[in-house]
Amino acid sequence: MTIGHTLLGLLESGPRHGYDLKRAFDERFGHDRPLHYGQVYATMARLLKNGMVEVEGIEAGEGPDRKRYAITDAGITDVEQWLAQPEKPEPYLQSALYTKVVVALLTGRSAQHILDTQRSEHLRLMRELTRRKAGGDLSDQLICDHALFHLEADMRWLELTAARIDQLAEELTR
Amino acid sequence: MNPMTPTAPSAQGAHPGGNGAPLLSAAGLHKTYGATPALAGADFEIRGGEIVAVMGPSGSGKSTLLHCLAGIVSPDAGTVHYQGLELSALSDARRSALRRSDFGFVFQFGQLVPELTCLENVALPLRLAGTRRKDAEARAAEWLERLEVADIATKRPGEVSGGQGQRAAIARALAPRPRVVFADEPTGALDSLNGERAMQLLTAAARDTGAAVVLVTHEVRVAAYSDREVVVRDGRATTPAAAL
Ligand SMILES: Nc1ncnc2c1ncn2[C@@H]1O[C@H](COP(=O)(O)OP(=O)(O)OP(=O)(O)O)[C@@H](O)[C@H]1O
Ligand SMILES: [Mg+2]
Repeated sequence: MTIGHTLLGLLESGPRHGYDLKRAFDERFGHDRPLHYGQVYATMARLLKNGMVEVEGIEAGEGPDRKRYAITDAGITDVEQWLAQPEKPEPYLQSALYTKVVVALLTGRSAQHILDTQRSEHLRLMRELTRRKAGGDLSDQLICDHALFHLEADMRWLELTAARIDQLAEELTR
Repeated sequence: MNPMTPTAPSAQGAHPGGNGAPLLSAAGLHKTYGATPALAGADFEIRGGEIVAVMGPSGSGKSTLLHCLAGIVSPDAGTVHYQGLELSALSDARRSALRRSDFGFVFQFGQLVPELTCLENVALPLRLAGTRRKDAEARAAEWLERLEVADIATKRPGEVSGGQGQRAAIARALAPRPRVVFADEPTGALDSLNGERAMQLLTAAARDTGAAVVLVTHEVRVAAYSDREVVVRDGRATTPAAAL
């Protein structure tokens, strides 16, 4: 699970409180979706149970934030294995869009129109990301670039499909 | 809007009920090369300071549209208006003068004069517009600096990388502060990192100087630097594809 591994990774540089972990996570990875405290504490409880972290100290006072967590050797090994494991390449079939195109062709509607609309919607988002990139630091740029390259790949598919729409229509009605 | 696909190379001139007249517009452009119709009824408009991407498949007529808009090519039919002037009504000499004073150009490659240094290349349009050498070169140096290639000033185009040369070309296009920059595949010869940087610098400089940009590209990541896009498709088709 990514959040767990990420929090573990953040702990490798030294023990931290839950609140501290949340802040460090949000700062680096939480641009769009900051973590909830509940998520942090639930995750830490699980990591604790699995022996990935241990409680290094509890400060006087109230609340769950008093616990200071430290990563264990098992935790370090777990981070290492997580990093070594490649992500599953998601072919991300354009199933919804493909389905719409086929239904449009089967029902005598304009499939080109669907593709055109999708293209400009994609480009609209790409513009937004490009603007965000211009105002951001390197980590913003890299995150936006990742999204941009994926959207670009979709755009290629849209382009190719648009160019072969007549052929597809023919095959469908054969 | 017609839900059916517009297949004629009609550039949807957006901004319905927009504020004032466009800076540059074209209506009903036709252009045929021999038996090849390159444009078949293309419309287009751009406002001052606007960045418009012109996209579409290879051979669809994008470059031809750009050439007509810039007064480099005369359409067989249709009109191009720039600030109320109809380009085809101008004499060749006036059209050339207008191109020099109001338009800037960035192409994919081969636009720098090989015998001149990069600094002299950037200064050239300023010199042609009557700026004294010293002033022209000082401004050229500022523009090279702004495009992050101050160090190539004394080199000739053959001695710099493609990315550096393209930045010099952008500096040269923008230094005379044109009202419209015509860019035809400006990043076509660059890798993605250089292309991105070139686009950032080009669009930032255009925004700062208030120049409009007609940006012909088939790369969507490049088009994403625009304010809006126009799709030229099947520029040779005079009849719309059968409605599906
Ligand atoms: N000077 C010319 N002489 C003859 N034919 C030409 C000339 N310029 C363009 N054409 C033809 O006109 C059509 C449109 O060409 P144009 O260069 O405008 O396309 P494009 O959209 O810019 O393509 P690309 O993306 O490949 O640059 C093509 O069929 C091309 O072969
Ligand atoms: Mg072209």
